[in-house]
Amino acid sequence: MLAAEHLTLERGGARVLTSLTAALAPGTITAIVGPNGAGKSSLLLGLAGLLAPAAGQVTLEGQDLAAMPPRMRAQALGYLPQTPDIAWDVAVENLVALGRLPWRDRGTQAIDAAIAALDLHALRQRPVSRLSGGERARVLLARVLAGEPRWILADEPLAALDLAHQLALIAHLKACAAAGQGVVVVLHDLAHAMNHADRVLVLERGALVADGPPDHALSPKVIAEVWGVKTRWLGEPGARALQAG
Amino acid sequence: MNRASLIFALLLAVLLPLSLLTGRVWIDPFASDGPANAALILGELRLPRAVLAVVIGAGLGAAGAAMQGYLRNPLADPGLFGIAPMAALGAVASFWLGAAWALPLAALAGAGLGMALLALIAGRTAGDAAGGAGGGIALFTLAGLMLASLAGALTALAITLAPNPFALSEIVMWLNGALTDRSWREVMIAAPLVLAGIAVLALAARSLDALTLGEEAARSMGVEPGRLLALLVVGVGLTVGAGVAVAGIIGFVGLVVPHLVRPLTDRLPSSLIGPSALAGACLVLAADSAVRILPFVTELRLGIALSLIGAPFFLHLLVKMRRGRV
Repeated sequence: MLAAEHLTLERGGARVLTSLTAALAPGTITAIVGPNGAGKSSLLLGLAGLLAPAAGQVTLEGQDLAAMPPRMRAQALGYLPQTPDIAWDVAVENLVALGRLPWRDRGTQAIDAAIAALDLHALRQRPVSRLSGGERARVLLARVLAGEPRWILADEPLAALDLAHQLALIAHLKACAAAGQGVVVVLHDLAHAMNHADRVLVLERGALVADGPPDHALSPKVIAEVWGVKTRWLGEPGARALQAG
Repeated sequence: MNRASLIFALLLAVLLPLSLLTGRVWIDPFASDGPANAALILGELRLPRAVLAVVIGAGLGAAGAAMQGYLRNPLADPGLFGIAPMAALGAVASFWLGAAWALPLAALAGAGLGMALLALIAGRTAGDAAGGAGGGIALFTLAGLMLASLAGALTALAITLAPNPFALSEIVMWLNGALTDRSWREVMIAAPLVLAGIAVLALAARSLDALTLGEEAARSMGVEPGRLLALLVVGVGLTVGAGVAVAGIIGFVGLVVPHLVRPLTDRLPSSLIGPSALAGACLVLAADSAVRILPFVTELRLGIALSLIGAPFFLHLLVKMRRGRV
């Protein structure tokens, strides 16, 4: 269980999240949604133990993250930042291998498994500068998977991907959840959250305003209150689309 | 040992004996009747000078590789932390006070003061980064540049106010960096410090690899920014500070060398530090051998020679980066 208890976060002296409490279960996909500046990325950083709480705490299996040695935390929590800029033009295989840093081992099996899971065999030796946006996103996720974390925390992993790659990445994240890993993703697309998440946390101006299964947390009423847009859901469960107006 | 280390180790093994034989007096290893004082020239002049070139070059090369990894920028140079100018300021102060005999000590004190100031600044910027204000590394680098500017200004002030023309010429000459007339004494001062510095930088290597994906990703992989910064400041401080203390300012090695090495490696900082130390040793040794045989009236200062090579290389690099090939 990864749990925030009365978590309050500040960045640069400004409060970005106020007293949020939520306990997330492994083996499920939790989506964090909200308008721009609602505190989604900050909450994800807080859950990853990368932003120290101004008040409250984040616990992993009951243990306070802030008091956990960084390496132990890194072994348990894999964090995928939003489209990071890769400083050096390394080969795919070497980039994925960085995922083993928290373990300080070669982890050949885990690296091979991550490369296989994201279908990167053909790209193993290719420099990252010669990857397409979709390939790059797969490589970056493979880096997180290579660390065999119990939790995957991804900040807008679907941004900058076309539809086919978005669906492929979602399928990978679902496979991780099915394998027992906890998955927490920040999403902008409410339809993705509705169709693929097991639970949705809706944030507005640093406060948790709705929390629950997608049907409940993303009801037209909540969307109207938080985004100020009148909408309705079309289609069947699992394949819904949002219509404005 | 990776491929790049092997290549530069072999190159160093070829360059070292060549450097010993090269100079105003050419020593023919196969001649039975060489110069009468060949043993003296080799043992007391050329060997310490060559060893010192290797030591200083290794320190600058390793520091350059580590700095480029830390700042995630191929244009970074160990000079960015301001430690070399602080060491130079210490050295200049010793001229000014008429205590040139204490120069290495004064330079090391300058480097130490620079490191202490950086640690003070780091304490504050690392706190900001952990609090989420971000820009920890960028802010710290700016602080280093400020330190470099301040030390540079104070050095310029010391030159303008030099107590006598002799001190003035000594300061200016010394600032240009050279290995002329260095002895085993300088080797004994620099070698242990530079070796310790390289060892400290090697400890930071895997954390620098993690920085490939940015500060936040690195922290998520268990990298402690404060510890990494401390290793960098101490490592760069020891390698660069010791180099300046015995040879003055020798620029561009730290900038140029990692670029020569990078294409031969997997491009991660951890596989760059060792080979860059060897390549830096090769470059400084070769340049110092070259300045000895150039037909000038007085020997060309090593620092000037390396800047003459380094500046056009830097320009070449900028042009290549614009074309997206770095």
